[in-house]
Amino acid sequence: MIATTSPGQPTFDPSVGTSDGGIGWAIRDTLAMTGRNLTAMRRVPQVLVFSLVQPVIFVFMFRYVFGGAIEIPGQNYVDYLMPGIFAQTVSFGAINTAVGLAEDKGKGLLERLRSLPMSRAAVLGGRVLADTVRNTVIVVLMVLIGLLVGFRTHTNLPLVIAGIAVLVFFGVALASIFVLIGLSVPNGEAAQAAAFPLLAPLTFASSAFVDPSTMPGWLEWWARRQPLSKTTEAVRALMLGGPTAGPVTASLLWSVGIIAVMAPLAIAKYRKA
Amino acid sequence: MSSHPPSTGSAIVADSLVKHYGDVHALQGVSFQVPTGTVLGLLGPNGAGKTTAVRILTTILQPTSGRAEVAGVDVAAHPHEVRRRIGLAGQYAAVDENLTGHENLTLVGRLNHLPKAVARERSVELLEQFHLTDAAHRPARTYSGGMRRRLDLAAALVAHPPVLLLDEPTTGLDPASRQDLWDVIASLVSDGTTVLLTTQYLEEADRLADRIVVIDGGLVVAEGTAAELKSTLGETVVALSFRHSDLALRATDVLGDFGASHSTTDDSVVSIPLRGGASTVRDVLNLLHAHDLEVGRIDLHEPTLDDVFISLTGTNGARS
Repeated sequence: MIATTSPGQPTFDPSVGTSDGGIGWAIRDTLAMTGRNLTAMRRVPQVLVFSLVQPVIFVFMFRYVFGGAIEIPGQNYVDYLMPGIFAQTVSFGAINTAVGLAEDKGKGLLERLRSLPMSRAAVLGGRVLADTVRNTVIVVLMVLIGLLVGFRTHTNLPLVIAGIAVLVFFGVALASIFVLIGLSVPNGEAAQAAAFPLLAPLTFASSAFVDPSTMPGWLEWWARRQPLSKTTEAVRALMLGGPTAGPVTASLLWSVGIIAVMAPLAIAKYRKA
Repeated sequence: MSSHPPSTGSAIVADSLVKHYGDVHALQGVSFQVPTGTVLGLLGPNGAGKTTAVRILTTILQPTSGRAEVAGVDVAAHPHEVRRRIGLAGQYAAVDENLTGHENLTLVGRLNHLPKAVARERSVELLEQFHLTDAAHRPARTYSGGMRRRLDLAAALVAHPPVLLLDEPTTGLDPASRQDLWDVIASLVSDGTTVLLTTQYLEEADRLADRIVVIDGGLVVAEGTAAELKSTLGETVVALSFRHSDLALRATDVLGDFGASHSTTDDSVVSIPLRGGASTVRDVLNLLHAHDLEVGRIDLHEPTLDDVFISLTGTNGARS
């Protein structure tokens, strides 16, 4: 059933196209890969819906089930809770980075991409960029859901947007960890399984849901200093009021530090994988 | 390129390629050349090192030692230039299932740095040639196995590469889809594309390859045309089956002058090379009759690539 006419006339001309890299091509390749990943997300909207189901369940559990039993002095619990939920949401969103890369690897797509004359950085860059777009959409939706259950910001719109930016940047930092996980496991299910043990201590041993001063000393020490707590506190300051410089700086330093360590490891892993 | 191959007529040169993964020696010094415009069949059982060789030639993997040139470009020194000159279709049909056929091919065109309009045109052209136009705007996850392989092969052809590397391109396909892909590959070759094809299907190598390199355990164990490889096993063989092994043993003695040999796999069978044509059969039967040795069955056996493969690698490969 295939035409016997010539599918590929050998009209290859080595002078056409580019030689190695160039930052312009790196950006265009990254955008091409980002577009590809976003198209795939649009084609499977269920994944986006399921990414919202989990945080919404947490909102209902902590707002209506446990919330009455948790006392945060001088504050509505829902106002305290929602920034923690936002930070948890971007953290779990990073799992998609690992799953997406692991699936591309498992299906042999990475092999094809590595045989193309494209920028080496574009596969990882395009993955993280698309997941960042996705994370931003989900955080904005979660802010709206928060408003529905009684969450109220007490600052102004620019500061609320700054809060979302801090969250999204924290999401990029976590994505750089999950790139490495995605490249280290054989398939999407394994990536999923590897993620939870990492994310559980980050999200629950934190100031996201309760005041760390109620925890045992050793746990409180960690819960006060770890990146998700710092990000949650930065978002609380930006959306609810209070001194912002300390927590925002701490969150940004954590994010920059994580990226500085993990991105080179991830790129090295991609080159070798 | 500064480094031209010594043999300018070869589109692919593999020179003493060695690849070790820890203690696993995937390749132990593999050398071969593929003259421009021809098809080389890289034949071997699972784990022989076929895919490792392809991954080195496509710059995906660095060899432990040895060197390789593709389209006159050194793989280690100028990997990016090699990537601009090759098309790779693997055993996994590496297409993005969530993208449509057209989007898959356009993406590969863009990543080959074709201008957007050219990438689109090329995609439409290839979809047409591979009879995927009707499915062009459906996500690839709705495609059949044969359609995915065709899309995968089309993706390898987007940039008109002069060298094509096909890693088990028809593994897992039904016979009709396999025939389709064979026709496409044959027409590519008639246009001057150089093809390296790995396969476990002997029939596939027989059909498509100008020359065959058999590798096993990371080593080249034989090389030549299909006809040359078959001739190493000699001519047509007559196999005589007897009721039991005693008769076969006696027949082997009686037929000593004809070069008879007792089969190693079935001790009731005697094999005789058919040197003198059909009259040999008559002489053999007359002689056996004179000795009261009754033959149960007579088979004529042409050497096939399967025989070559089995005698070289000690495995059956995969039969189609």
